[in-house]
Amino acid sequence: MAADPLTPVLDRKLVFVTGKGGTGKTTVASALALLASSRGKRVLICEIDAKGELAGYYESPPTAFKEKEVQPGLFAMTMDTEASLREYLKLQLRIPIVGRIGPVAKAFDFLAAAAPGVREILTVGKLCFEVRDGAWDLVVVDAPASGHIVGQLAAPQAVNGLVQVGLIRNQTDWMLELLSDPAVTGLLAVCTPEEMPVTETIELAVRIRQETTVQLAGVVVNRVLPELFGRQEEAVFDALRAPGPLAELDALVDGDAAPVLEAARLAVTMRRTRATHLERLREGIDPDVPLLYLPYLFTRSHGLRTTRQVAASLGEELGY
Amino acid sequence: MAGRAPKRQTEESAAPTMDSLLATKEIVVACGPGGVGKTTTAAASALMAAVTHGSKVLVLTVDPAKRLANALGLDGIGNTEHRVPDAAFKAAGVKPRGELWAAMLDTKESWDSLIRHHAPDAQTRDEILANPLYQNISGRFIQSHDYIAMERLYEIHSAGEYDLIVVDTPPTRNALDFLDAPERLADFFSSRLLRWLIVPYRSKLVNVATKPFYQISDRILGTEFMSDISEFFILFQTMYDGFVERSKAVGRLLSDRRTTFVVVSTLEATPLREAEFFAEQLTERKLHLGAIVLNKVLPDYLHGRAGAKIAEAMKDRAEDLATELAPSLASGDAALGDPAQIARVLTEVADSYLNFQVVALREMEERATLGVVPDVLATVPFFDTDIYDLSGLLRLGEQIWG
Repeated sequence: MAADPLTPVLDRKLVFVTGKGGTGKTTVASALALLASSRGKRVLICEIDAKGELAGYYESPPTAFKEKEVQPGLFAMTMDTEASLREYLKLQLRIPIVGRIGPVAKAFDFLAAAAPGVREILTVGKLCFEVRDGAWDLVVVDAPASGHIVGQLAAPQAVNGLVQVGLIRNQTDWMLELLSDPAVTGLLAVCTPEEMPVTETIELAVRIRQETTVQLAGVVVNRVLPELFGRQEEAVFDALRAPGPLAELDALVDGDAAPVLEAARLAVTMRRTRATHLERLREGIDPDVPLLYLPYLFTRSHGLRTTRQVAASLGEELGY
Repeated sequence: MAGRAPKRQTEESAAPTMDSLLATKEIVVACGPGGVGKTTTAAASALMAAVTHGSKVLVLTVDPAKRLANALGLDGIGNTEHRVPDAAFKAAGVKPRGELWAAMLDTKESWDSLIRHHAPDAQTRDEILANPLYQNISGRFIQSHDYIAMERLYEIHSAGEYDLIVVDTPPTRNALDFLDAPERLADFFSSRLLRWLIVPYRSKLVNVATKPFYQISDRILGTEFMSDISEFFILFQTMYDGFVERSKAVGRLLSDRRTTFVVVSTLEATPLREAEFFAEQLTERKLHLGAIVLNKVLPDYLHGRAGAKIAEAMKDRAEDLATELAPSLASGDAALGDPAQIARVLTEVADSYLNFQVVALREMEERATLGVVPDVLATVPFFDTDIYDLSGLLRLGEQIWG
């Protein structure tokens, strides 16, 4: 039985972008949002871990809970669970008192810290609310790192299991419905072709399937090194590094060419090591899930220019 | 100034290194942003200490890569400490002066053992372990890792089995979470709000100030969940004193002179800023910042202007150079003498060098702007292959050792 092809990531309404620390999760999230907005969509991007980095990717002023337009059609916000709670009580439950009565606000803050899942629910709830509200074509989430995302996405179920009745229960029901619909919600995992990121991505794919109702919509493989040589060219390269030809090259360029060749050898070995991890990734991930490859950028600077470059590469990979 | 004692020679000759730092400490906490090689650095440091110092060393890791776990003989080993076998050292060609032990952190199991330790009686213990809320907190929610890592460290240290414990910290949302964890837990249990929460299910004494809270909570969460929560806290309350005392002791241990922190980072802008922030916070909290380890640094030969000039020459004159080199390359194998192909290789090589130089120079710039000055600044070069075994780990360790 042939499964239906996955809904393309940009055709969904809510996309969580996760990945192991250091793999470029925020880079990919910001580029995805930029790509979508440049294609005429009205996009909200939300940063969950309030490190305040997201603004740097658009070279915009700092982001806050209230969304701000950072590029045409692209709005950015930073998650704040306390603000989310206030909004939730006011809009959903029509309990506007929290701002006024100190002890109650404090009590809720405490409850959010103590009761498992409350904070997660407030985060996911706000995002689901934005999607249901219909103001956006796409909500991109710069989600927690892969170690935390499962807990976040599984929170509505966890709370459903703990709370049998009450308003929260009614709330988690519609959230779950939204999160479980693969035409609406998807998860994009970012990794680099290195040992731990690949291992974690494969494990994440399993946990997402087993512990949450969210679908893995794709894996972005970031920082893929260019292939320097074909097979025959590599033989030429190896011959060049032999003492005779190397001495000849030194004389011709009037200097020490060894470091230049050594750097290329490093690049070749790096790529080779990474290729084995890429194979492992392809084997470890469901074949229906697309892998999107992004090239290594020889800049390491962050800023709007880099975000645009990544968005362009991402667009090519998605077939636009 | 005749009366002044001459500067002792040792002070001049002994610039501190990781070697000297680890020789004088009992606890080393490796911390820093995600994805920089923290776990591997912790393992390599512990290994070096075991090999060179002749001490009994434990590395407490959180989530090691499978191959690293294999290298340490940790595969399939849970919470228990496990000695890295002599055979592994023999295979790596070293004879350690000391012993290397390793353990992985199992959060759920550690929480359970903590409950067993603190519970006043068997019934409370069983009720807590069976409480759905407890199972959620201990198993599913990541914040609980922070506390338990420090708690385990305390437990192992106070047992006094090891001369040195190197602990790898869990990946946290905020690098500081685990430092605050003991204090947060103590605050949590001494909180007045906690007592509030317990009151209505104990007695009907609900005062005017707290009444709205219960009304709202009941409405939102349902009475059943509220009573689950309060049951959990009532049970936990029996362990209150033990927990608070314990978490304060953990806090004291972290700020003790015998403990040092090693911040690991790469020279990429984002992780480095995070590492720097972390180092500043350590200093602010009067915790000992022993070292910063800069990991995965591109090699020095990528920096020079001389290299760039040669790469540019190779690129600009690729065809001429190829014609000149063709005869000697063809002498071994005629297939290697195609000038057009040689020119392509030379161009690719030169481009690759220039590309990596951009990154390497940016790394240097980042290092130059490093705002924190630790006692030890170790630089570890980029390894182009993965670490499979102890000898790989040793290769890395020697670079860290300085």
